[in-house]
Amino acid sequence: MELADVPAILILVGIALYAVLAGADFGAPIWAITARGEVAERLKDSGHRSMAPVWEANHVWLIFVLVICWTAYPEVFGSIFSTLWIPLLLACLGIIMRAVGYVAGGVSGRPVIRYLAAVSSFLVPFALGCVIGAIVDGGVPPGNAQGDILEAWTGPVPIAIGLILVASSAYLAAVYLAADAERRGETELAVAFRGRGLAAGVVAGLMAAIGLLALHGDAERVFDGLTSGAGLVAVIASGAAGLVTLGLLWSGRFRKARFVAAIAVAAVVAGWGLAQQPMILPGLTVREAAASDEVIVGLLVAVAIGLIILVPSLALLYSLVLGGRFDPLDVASPGAAPERRELTPAGRRTLSAIWVAALVGGGMLFLSDSGVTLYLGLAIFMASLACGIVQLARSLVRA
Amino acid sequence: MLDLIAAAGDFAFGAGQSFPKVDQEYLLQARQMQAMSFAMHIPLVCFGIAFPSLVIFMEWLGLRTGKAHFSALARRWSKVMITLFAAGVVTGTLLSFELGMLWPGFMSAFGDVFGLAFGLEGFSFFIEAIFISIYVYSWDKISDRRHILTGIPVIAAGITGSLMVIAVNAWMNDPSGFSIDQAGEVTNVKPFEALFANGHLWPQLTHMYLAAYIVVGFLIAGVYAFAWLKGRRGDYFRTAMVVPLAVACLAAPAQLLIGDWAARTVAEDQPIKLASFEGLYETTDGAPETILGWYTDDNTIEYGIQIPKLLSFLAYHDPNATVQGLETVPEDDWPPINVVRMSFQTMVAIGTGLAALAAWFLWIWFRRRRLPETKWFYRAVILAGPAAVVALIAGWVTTEVGRQPWVVYGVMRTEQAVTGADGVVFGFAALLAVYVALVTTVIWVLRRIARQPLPPEIAALEEVPDGAR
Repeated sequence: MELADVPAILILVGIALYAVLAGADFGAPIWAITARGEVAERLKDSGHRSMAPVWEANHVWLIFVLVICWTAYPEVFGSIFSTLWIPLLLACLGIIMRAVGYVAGGVSGRPVIRYLAAVSSFLVPFALGCVIGAIVDGGVPPGNAQGDILEAWTGPVPIAIGLILVASSAYLAAVYLAADAERRGETELAVAFRGRGLAAGVVAGLMAAIGLLALHGDAERVFDGLTSGAGLVAVIASGAAGLVTLGLLWSGRFRKARFVAAIAVAAVVAGWGLAQQPMILPGLTVREAAASDEVIVGLLVAVAIGLIILVPSLALLYSLVLGGRFDPLDVASPGAAPERRELTPAGRRTLSAIWVAALVGGGMLFLSDSGVTLYLGLAIFMASLACGIVQLARSLVRA
Repeated sequence: MLDLIAAAGDFAFGAGQSFPKVDQEYLLQARQMQAMSFAMHIPLVCFGIAFPSLVIFMEWLGLRTGKAHFSALARRWSKVMITLFAAGVVTGTLLSFELGMLWPGFMSAFGDVFGLAFGLEGFSFFIEAIFISIYVYSWDKISDRRHILTGIPVIAAGITGSLMVIAVNAWMNDPSGFSIDQAGEVTNVKPFEALFANGHLWPQLTHMYLAAYIVVGFLIAGVYAFAWLKGRRGDYFRTAMVVPLAVACLAAPAQLLIGDWAARTVAEDQPIKLASFEGLYETTDGAPETILGWYTDDNTIEYGIQIPKLLSFLAYHDPNATVQGLETVPEDDWPPINVVRMSFQTMVAIGTGLAALAAWFLWIWFRRRRLPETKWFYRAVILAGPAAVVALIAGWVTTEVGRQPWVVYGVMRTEQAVTGADGVVFGFAALLAVYVALVTTVIWVLRRIARQPLPPEIAALEEVPDGAR
């Protein structure tokens, strides 16, 4: 492995996380509009209840993938986005509509909002699957819009991968929602999702098999990669994880099923990466497309710093969500009694100090063109502005 | 470092030949699609930057004094905050898609130079999304003290996120940190120098940051000024109006000083852009400032009002300084003068007006220790919010259209960056339709939030008729 490959691995990790986390966000509305039977009412809003606190964070993995791609492999990014602008725009419009669903779903359970969410839930995984399919079957030549903007993503491979992603999103959503329902003690709902998860899992597995056949015809190189060596291991791992998930679902062990289901999807992404390399676009290898070592090192440093902050934050969010702390049924934990104090107005001396600092800082900023004086002035000025705002607001609310 | 400086020198309108021109009939539509997406996103960004600190300030007041109306406001505002954040998330996603869909030439050539900043922005965005969710969904579920602490990363991420995005924009205005070799390839990329050793970064960031507080402050205050005029003047409504007003009324005058600094930076590094702000054709010593009027084909301004030497003073703080005119570069390298000039004047005029409104408020408060009595003040506050949004967008038009015809100033033209794909106009139309749906929904949701009844203990207080002071 070379330095130039590392960002590609990060991209795959990002895609896998987006698929297993945001995939479930997109799968949930499918169960809301197909809700039937005794628990229909609860089926309809359980997706929203479970996903609303996390969908924004889940969504950021997509941004992560894009950013790494354009920094580390700028030409690949430019080529993919210009040739495949139609499915990408469709995906983006779907994401916007999905947000509309979340925003409106918080205040209203109207059917129109559920249908909007369901349409977007189909559109986003399908369009993004078409994008991946177009890369797999070599429909995106390097360069500014060098591929056919329609044919590139409407062949059998892109369509098949699009449909596989739709099915796997629905499957993941059912499994996750079954686990959430169990946690909240809604057993009937969990059972309803169990049946849906089993059905969707079988469909997704069958579609994946059909997808492999499509690859055999149109993307020989990737097909060979997936049916030999490490790629084959990943495919088998995914299949095995899929079967284990079905078993766990069947026997009602939903929390374990959730993690194994995610592994099944992530293994496919890994297999794709193994089968696709070393060529990313026709005639262009990952290493040829990579930015200079200095850029990649800079990027990796940035990612490392970012992860140090991100990982504990995500862990906090998911532990609160999975621990049921955001569930409405939860009993409020008593907060520490806050200290009650009156707001005392700032003394004359404080106010004068703020005024003087603002004048000094502002003067330094106004009179200098660059250098230490200017930035010191800026810092003093902004600090005094912030203090001034707080003092003014305090005295205004007090009066 | 020396070759960097040499390279930066080369960029002075020489390197524009390095990249092939793309055959794209709809360049203007592509630019407008991008502009529309920015215009949608930027007001939402303001709420991402400024609103969390207002909400958390309110929560802090509630915790400190134990008075229910502060906490009630913080809770209600946090719902608005997450609604607007959601809209900001997806409009921001669209922008990053558009960078590739519309400007693949730019991304292919320079993605590695500035991409790092977006990487860090991505993490800020992550942190903001995570903690905004925790903040909004954990009221009453974790201790009060912890709850207020979960708001702090939201404020911090708002700062770092905008820092990173502005770093890219500053680099586009003042490119450095790379060279272009004989074959027209971008080489010798130094991403940290490109992004963070840039003279435009801090003035642009500070300018935008204050703008966010002004926009949010006046918009929120405007909503409650409307309630004030309808006679709802109890503690709840009064607080909801005066806190945002305190923010906006100090930030607006401060913006005059920061704007002056930003303009001086432009004068220094982008003299042609400055000349197009002002419509100055001939290089002039002691240049006058011309207000209003129209830049004509014979390179004069019709119907303008001239103030002698003011432009030289504003741009260089020296009434006799020489200001470079448009004549020094070929007309091909000019931005559309009237668009840039009108936007600039709109921004300055509104900014000055807002500062005057703020001065009125501060004067009454410090002299008389009361709020203004005349209804005209509150009517002006209602108008000030939308006006601040107009100024914000006019400011971005000034800096982005003012950079034309370049996408990377002096290095790459927009016509070399644009996509070669067909169908841009269809994409534009589809996006427009979806944005109409988004805006409609957001407005509808905000109205639903506004109509939710107040908590009973607050509502009881608000009904006391002498709540009006």
